[in-house]
Amino acid sequence: MSEVTDQGALIPRQRHLHPVPYDPEYKTSVPRSPKWPLLSMESTPSEETGPRFGHSLLGPLDNNLILNFSKDGSPAIGERILMHGQVLDENARPVPHTLVEIWQANAGGRYRHVKDNYLAPLDPNFGGCGRTITDAEGRYQFLTIRPGAYPWPNRANDWRPMHIHISVFGHSFGQRLITQMYFEGDPLIDRCPIAATIKERSQLDRLVAPLDMARARPLDFLAYKFDIVLRGRRQTMFENKLEGM
Amino acid sequence: MVQSLDSLTETPSQTAGPYVHIGCIPSFAGLPGVYPEDLGLSPISDGAKGQIITITGAVIDGTGWALRDAMIESWQPDAGGLFAGRPGADPAVSGFCRFAADKDSGLFTLRTVKPGAVRHRSGMMQAPHISLWIVARGINIGLSTRIYFEDEDNSVDPLLARIEQRPRVETLIAKRTGDGQYRFDIRLQGEGETVFLDI
Ligand SMILES: [Fe+2]
Repeated sequence: MSEVTDQGALIPRQRHLHPVPYDPEYKTSVPRSPKWPLLSMESTPSEETGPRFGHSLLGPLDNNLILNFSKDGSPAIGERILMHGQVLDENARPVPHTLVEIWQANAGGRYRHVKDNYLAPLDPNFGGCGRTITDAEGRYQFLTIRPGAYPWPNRANDWRPMHIHISVFGHSFGQRLITQMYFEGDPLIDRCPIAATIKERSQLDRLVAPLDMARARPLDFLAYKFDIVLRGRRQTMFENKLEGM
Repeated sequence: MVQSLDSLTETPSQTAGPYVHIGCIPSFAGLPGVYPEDLGLSPISDGAKGQIITITGAVIDGTGWALRDAMIESWQPDAGGLFAGRPGADPAVSGFCRFAADKDSGLFTLRTVKPGAVRHRSGMMQAPHISLWIVARGINIGLSTRIYFEDEDNSVDPLLARIEQRPRVETLIAKRTGDGQYRFDIRLQGEGETVFLDI
């Protein structure tokens, strides 16, 4: 039998367009990647529903990393940038009212974390996290500083390109995504084993934000645009119920 | 040539890295005060209907080592099988929780209500379960799995039924260790590797 519905199951992930789980060049992935194939199945309500967060969650500086950790209003040190973009789904529809969280190193490439003991100093006015909720058109923005590149223990001399980590919810738990935004023109992108876990070059390019002078504000900040596409749901008038199940 | 499709494809994932806690649970990471409290501290609030349960476990790598840097999210319906926001759902159950492995022991704890069964698209009931999403350094795309319960009837669950190698079903079933207490370990690789989902 069939019923009229607008929202069907989630569109299956195209796993070959994502990073490979096992990559010896990114050494930590070796003991942390499953060897068995994933169990594939059409999504169920457990994946098609998900947590919703309202705008009331947000404080006024949550999306301003230049000021949200400052004790006395002094701005964080670094190149001031606007990071902005739109969250869409695979049907090219905006994803409104969804939570976007970011975290990043400071301008010297140091995270405010007990495990990060890199030589670069902490900035007393920079925490390194922010969050916002997309508007009715799925748009979001953060004011922050450009994070520095940093060395990390992998091969003898590996450095992470400048990047901002991004977490997005969507409206379904099955849409959950964490990724990283890189910056146009950074020569470390092509030398990074983590970026290189994405085997299709055109897919890696999708994580590189272009400089967006149309959104840069004179004498204030540069802008980078980073659009994000989440899994979509099958759009159909006819949802088949499996007979005999 | 053919017409082009108007669809987009999903943005590729990247590892959440070692500092995911800064972005997702900053107070836990030692950055209190940016937000009033970390998101998803508990999936329930006072007065949640149903049996309160505690699930303890570890995320274990291919060498048998419990990860100290994993972060997990859980999503579940209330005791009646309704997800938050649905008509009639228990207002004391948000259903969403974020929790992390302890930095010393690697153990995580999830305190919640036992979820009710949820109807599948086919019309069939799924056995009660909690969905999990696991991220950490070295995990390039978040891993999805489910917690089922050994003291529930799992015999007709459509997902468990699809697991061809039947001994692997056990990797998705929390073991009862006491009244309202369960153990659920997640093995990323090696003997007893957890069934991870593409769903
Ligand atoms: Fe990073």
